[in-house]
Amino acid sequence: MRFSFVNVALQALKHNAGWPGQWRNTEPKAAYDAIIIGAGGHGLATAYYLAKEHGLTNVAVLEKGWLGGGNTGRNTTIIRSNYLWEESAALYEHALKLWEGLSQELNYNVMYSPRGVLMLAHNTHDVQVGKRHVHANRLAGVDNEWLTPEEAKAFCPILNIARDVRYPVIGAALQRRGGTARHDAVAWGYARAASARDIDIIQNCEVIAICRDASGAVSGVETTRGAIAAKKVGVVAAGHTSVVMAMAGVRMPLESYPLQALVSEPVKPMMPCVVMSNTIHAYMSQSDKGELVIGAGTDAYMSYSQTGGLHIANQTLEAICELFPAVRRMRMLRNWGGIVDVTPDRSPIIAKTPVPGLFVNCGWGTGGFKATPGSGHVFAHTIARGEPHPLAAPFTLDRFRSGRLIDEAAAAAVAH
Amino acid sequence: MLLIDCPYCGMARPEIEFRYGGEAHIARPADPAAVTDEDWANLLYFRSNPKGVLAERWRHAFGCGRFFNCLRDTLSDKILAVYKAGEPRPDVGAERAEPRE
Repeated sequence: MRFSFVNVALQALKHNAGWPGQWRNTEPKAAYDAIIIGAGGHGLATAYYLAKEHGLTNVAVLEKGWLGGGNTGRNTTIIRSNYLWEESAALYEHALKLWEGLSQELNYNVMYSPRGVLMLAHNTHDVQVGKRHVHANRLAGVDNEWLTPEEAKAFCPILNIARDVRYPVIGAALQRRGGTARHDAVAWGYARAASARDIDIIQNCEVIAICRDASGAVSGVETTRGAIAAKKVGVVAAGHTSVVMAMAGVRMPLESYPLQALVSEPVKPMMPCVVMSNTIHAYMSQSDKGELVIGAGTDAYMSYSQTGGLHIANQTLEAICELFPAVRRMRMLRNWGGIVDVTPDRSPIIAKTPVPGLFVNCGWGTGGFKATPGSGHVFAHTIARGEPHPLAAPFTLDRFRSGRLIDEAAAAAVAH
Repeated sequence: MLLIDCPYCGMARPEIEFRYGGEAHIARPADPAAVTDEDWANLLYFRSNPKGVLAERWRHAFGCGRFFNCLRDTLSDKILAVYKAGEPRPDVGAERAEPRE
């Protein structure tokens, strides 16, 4: 049932008892044309675009837990596209353009809010890097502008621009089209839209082996709910990509790290935009519920623990208290960790693999949420055609051999 | 925060005294000019990234300043053994921490 004024009104008269489930939960079939491992935002978007753009509907999305229960449900929902290198800016800008029409396309309110992303500079190096990004972005057709501290404070009035603090704000880059979206709604919206196009979403179905035929090509997967055959398998498993790819004998240029976020008690609207600081690993915005959503840095060591060290969150909060003195007495309600898969150059991998029929979309590190629609869109193309989408073409696995890295680590707009 | 036993200092110290050095036992090639592009990629970028026991390097940056190796269960973050650089990897198979999931 579509969400429309008429249907909302009709259901209201029936005490909203008539809304159907938003997606079908099905038993796995014996065989599919393609299998996506991982029902997070990226995996569900991939399935949706496989059906919509490429007419592939005999597709299953397998999820070991519940859909959207991994990093899709754990991130700080920041959306922006102001990356330095042309390859990255083109990919993230593709995603941003899809965000702009996503609620209408999915008929599901993903609450995309282009409220502006302000990236602070605290020292001369930050200013040089920030201005370089602004110029590079404007040449690439991506909006980004440089603000003085006074202009930054006018844009975000609770920001402290005093000069006599540990991390003074001496400038900021602003992407006005950046912002936030409701993370769960993105997973639910894509699941609903994919399910409506006959794609099977199978939760509580963990892949335990990837099967290969005599020629070495993928022939299917073994799961906790039985064997499923498929000639094409796309792995979209975020922090667990190395574990899943090891099932096919493929070693990955990835390390998995815990990344933390936390939210405060809810308060009335006090923050009109997203503010991030790469130097001090602090990100803050306010959700529509009123909670301040705060992102911290990764732990120093790789881990699958899904928790982070308290000293990491503490360091972020100290910086937040200095940048936003108004929040000093607020209490934090929850904190949590997710496991992010980090590549050596901090750029994703959207590619074919040495195993015929096996595709991988990973390495989004600490910033994959913003790319969800674009990632799914170009990965669907890669799976359906067997050749990378032009925007995904630079993001190969082979770049680590050839040396054609897309080094957003050195160039990072944020310290990933 | 991890509490890490430095095998040189002989005492457990908080993690913030240490710097992480990544996966251990990745040997530099004796003859770099003879190494293929594939092998360079494997050496520089590809990692085992295990969900389980990992051999990793730490440096006691704010202590003795020396590198050493550590076996840690990456699911529980429990440290299973520490040993000096150059020593062989201890066998901790039986002591493997129980997965929490």
